[in-house]
Amino acid sequence: MDFSQQFFQQMINGISLGSIYALIALGYTMIYGIIKLINFAHGDIYMVGAYIGFFAITQAQIHIFPAILISMVVTGILGILVERLAYKPLRHAPRISVLITAIGVSFFLEYTSMYFVSPTPRTFPAMLGGVSIHVGELVINGQQLTILGVTILLMAILTYVVQKTKIGKAMRAASFDTETAELMGVNADRVISFTFCIGSALAAAAGVMVGMYYNSIDPLMGIMPGLKAFVAAVLGGIGILPGAVVGGLILGIIEALVSGFISSTFRDAAAFAILILVLLIKPSGIFGKNTREKV
Amino acid sequence: MLKINDINVYYGAIHALKGISLFVNEGEIVTLIGANGAGKSTTLRTISGLLSPKTGSIEFMGKNIAGLKAHDIVREGISQVPEGRRIFAEMTVQENLDLGAFIRTDKEGIEEDLKNVFGRFPRLLERKDQLAGTLSGGEQQMLAMGRALMSRPKLLLLDEPSMGLAPLFIREIFSIIKDINETGTTVLLVEQNANMALSVANRAYVLETGRITVTGDAKELSKSEEIKKAYLGG
Ligand SMILES: Nc1ncnc2c1ncn2[C@@H]1O[C@H](COP(=O)(O)OP(=O)(O)OP(=O)(O)O)[C@@H](O)[C@H]1O
Ligand SMILES: [Mg+2]
Repeated sequence: MDFSQQFFQQMINGISLGSIYALIALGYTMIYGIIKLINFAHGDIYMVGAYIGFFAITQAQIHIFPAILISMVVTGILGILVERLAYKPLRHAPRISVLITAIGVSFFLEYTSMYFVSPTPRTFPAMLGGVSIHVGELVINGQQLTILGVTILLMAILTYVVQKTKIGKAMRAASFDTETAELMGVNADRVISFTFCIGSALAAAAGVMVGMYYNSIDPLMGIMPGLKAFVAAVLGGIGILPGAVVGGLILGIIEALVSGFISSTFRDAAAFAILILVLLIKPSGIFGKNTREKV
Repeated sequence: MLKINDINVYYGAIHALKGISLFVNEGEIVTLIGANGAGKSTTLRTISGLLSPKTGSIEFMGKNIAGLKAHDIVREGISQVPEGRRIFAEMTVQENLDLGAFIRTDKEGIEEDLKNVFGRFPRLLERKDQLAGTLSGGEQQMLAMGRALMSRPKLLLLDEPSMGLAPLFIREIFSIIKDINETGTTVLLVEQNANMALSVANRAYVLETGRITVTGDAKELSKSEEIKKAYLGG
């Protein structure tokens, strides 16, 4: 393979990985948008999603696509429960209390999962191994096609929901000004539940697809991607949906290029170097306006 | 229609409303005037359910609404144009109006009211796909009023609609308020611009540091020496 081929191959890998980050980052950014919480348990929601997909495939013997769907539904409900039980009682508490609670929820999900499914990694059944597209010497394998297709589909649905539906408008209104949205008749608690549900479902889809892509899942698998997706959300501008997608893709591509051309040991460092650079150069992110904190 | 009975409202330790009672009859324009910090916005926010009174009752159409959530009170038929307009700046004019009709499901009725709002505020029609944050202050006030009307309220609460507007525009806004009232909406109007407020209102209440000190017919109050001195600049 010559340089340009290797470059494009890494781009394909990067876009696949970036799609995963983007799906997780969307949840971070939506939840931040509406209750100004960095939900540090979000990576663990993604892990739970991966396990639900795993059990659906291995126990119920179903295909990857229905497994993704089932995992999204169940994990979406889990997201609602987490919000109701852990965050809602703290709605008027100082932000730091909620943040600490989120870290607590994160540990809770990690160690409860360990108890039930054991800490040992599970091997995800190989799927879609035979499918692949060849463009010249470039290969896009079945897993990558699945990731790209599912991500594009989910983003199209999300865009439609947020832009065109009543609940989507209510969500944007409540993110912008909760009190005034309430004056319009928007039940903010319901909108917040809905946001957690959608965000968690997207993370679940990412979790199942990562299981399929890397063939291995474990109860701590959410930590790193959770942090990376957080970086992606900040990179794009936290609270801004297209920002999460662009941030995720950029991060994925950079990581792939770093591991392809420099060394894979540097790829995590690259992600956090980006975070530091963003915070230094444009803390509000690529799409962020330089507005001050809303009171 | 609206009957507030001896409500006390607190912000933590701050006692903002100290036993306020007032009423609004169907078809009236009632104004609530008073200096900065008197508690005018607090009163409206309490009626709308954004704050709840510690004691006292708020009756609307014969039902006690004190303690209901804000999103339920708008369903009872009370809509508010909040202080500072609070439009959804990052959404379009049209989307802001859609949100005003959030509680409704009658498609035709909503279409009809949308037409009425655009008829009343033609500038909003020209700018309906524009982001609301790009409107001028006066246009934003129109949008906030249009948005509140989209719920087809029985009672409209207006919090300082003249704030920050040029004199000509203030006149326009007040004539629109009169017109809204004449087409069947009861209005409770909070104002700093006491002159204008008294000129359109039927009755008035004067609020001073959380208490109602004077009440009466708007015309008579506008002639009273005491009121002139305190609120009408001479
Ligand atoms: N969120 C709050 N927290 C604490 N105190 C508040 C809060 N909002 C209002 N207050 C206090 O309650 C009192 C009444 O305020 P309010 O906003 O109702 O006054 P207002 O009559 O609307 O004044 P203005 O004409 O300036 O709008 C003031 O003393 C104010 O400082
Ligand atoms: Mg006020």
